[in-house]
Amino acid sequence: MTLVADPKAPRPPRGGPGRRTTRGNTELYGWIFMRASGVLLLVLIFGHLFVNLVAGDGVKAIDFGFVAGKWASPFWQVWDLLMLWLAMIHGTNGVRTIINDYAERDGTRLVLKGLLYLAFAVVVILGTLVIFTFDPCPAGSPADLLPSFCTA
Amino acid sequence: MTAVAEAPAKVGEVPSFEVTLKVLRYLPDESGSPTVAHWDEFRVQAHGTDRVLDALHQVKWQQDGSLTFRRSCAHGVCGSDAMRINGRNRLACKTLLKDLDISKPITVEPIKGLPVIKDLVVDMEPFFASYREIMPFLITTGNEPTKERLQSATQRERFDDTTKCILCAACTSSCPVFWTDGQYFGPAAIVNAHRFIFDSRDEGGAQRLEILNDKEGVWRCRTTFNCTEACPRGIEVTKAIQEVKRAMITRAF
Ligand code: HEM
Ligand code: SF4
Ligand code: FES
Repeated sequence: MTLVADPKAPRPPRGGPGRRTTRGNTELYGWIFMRASGVLLLVLIFGHLFVNLVAGDGVKAIDFGFVAGKWASPFWQVWDLLMLWLAMIHGTNGVRTIINDYAERDGTRLVLKGLLYLAFAVVVILGTLVIFTFDPCPAGSPADLLPSFCTA
Repeated sequence: MTAVAEAPAKVGEVPSFEVTLKVLRYLPDESGSPTVAHWDEFRVQAHGTDRVLDALHQVKWQQDGSLTFRRSCAHGVCGSDAMRINGRNRLACKTLLKDLDISKPITVEPIKGLPVIKDLVVDMEPFFASYREIMPFLITTGNEPTKERLQSATQRERFDDTTKCILCAACTSSCPVFWTDGQYFGPAAIVNAHRFIFDSRDEGGAQRLEILNDKEGVWRCRTTFNCTEACPRGIEVTKAIQEVKRAMITRAF
């Protein structure tokens, strides 16, 4: 270990194990995305909470029919899709930051991030499929449980 | 606190009291086998005008000569004696004992996140490596002027705050992001980059922004304000970091 500072300046980009130059705008875009998506999520989440829990009959109105009715409208499909994707990217990037800040060993980081990205993929793919392949009028169901526009 | 009863006190007399210093000691084994750090307690007779540094001197000079710490100017100028006093990063030479809770032992530890060499002395090399990386010197192009490079008072004011840094590492070693793996450039490097980026005479701003626009650069800052709180020079460190971030964003769009 050299205990006396090597007075060479400027220092060449950090070499050595585990220290490659990692310049670029990626983290910059990530930082901006957290703030931009945060603002959008504020509107999306509170809009969602209001419509589901407060407006009209409030929380008592929620049943299969209510959800099916909402997802029959492209407006709510887009709203929920946006909320799903933004929250998942925002939350995943946030947890990625936390892993970088707290996990000390490279191996721990790799495992935690692997689990994180897997969870991200499962939720986003499943969620997106549900929003677009949702059948509001499954055949053979009792009519009183279905939204009003289902016929027969 | 045990005030020494020498009543009646003379007018203007400096009060004297006893304090306990609880110092984290670390001495690497000669054979290189790992040693565990341990706490040592020292009782010191101190005056109201004494600083933590004076108490450490008393211990070193009168009780245990093996106690090791850095200090040079003893007046808050050189930046040698940043340490963790009662859990907060400060300069031992700028921390008056009377301002601490002297009814309890005063804990003194080395600053965190840098390898400890002995007792309160840490290896500052990783800290200075980041400092060197941001190129802390004036960068210009073209011919050298025959007289000074002029600057208006307003232009000088723009980066005045960050000129005050004494490179004590109190900020960088107070940052939780730096503690994890020591890869983050750290607030001090950003402060010193800020000092040149916003200097109207300097032309290396774009280069420095590029250097700090790194995975381990300004974007690792989580705005916890530990650095601003730690800085013994009262530099608004977090604000300087945010200004560098903003400069990068305006450059990118
Ligand atoms: C309600 C609207 C929301 C706003 C305004 C918002 C805003 C923000 C901002 C600005 C950051 C960046 C902090 C930093 O860089 O230090 C952040 C981080 C984070 N967000 Fe959100 N967010 C919102 C919703 C969500 C949701 C729904 C989730 C979960 C899916 C989430 C999870 C996270 C996580 C895990 C972090 C990282 C924590 C950190 O960096 O300290 N946020 N949020
Ligand atoms: S910014 Fe303040 S705390 Fe950080 S190294 Fe400079 S003087 Fe020390
Ligand atoms: S000894 Fe120089 S700053 Fe404290």
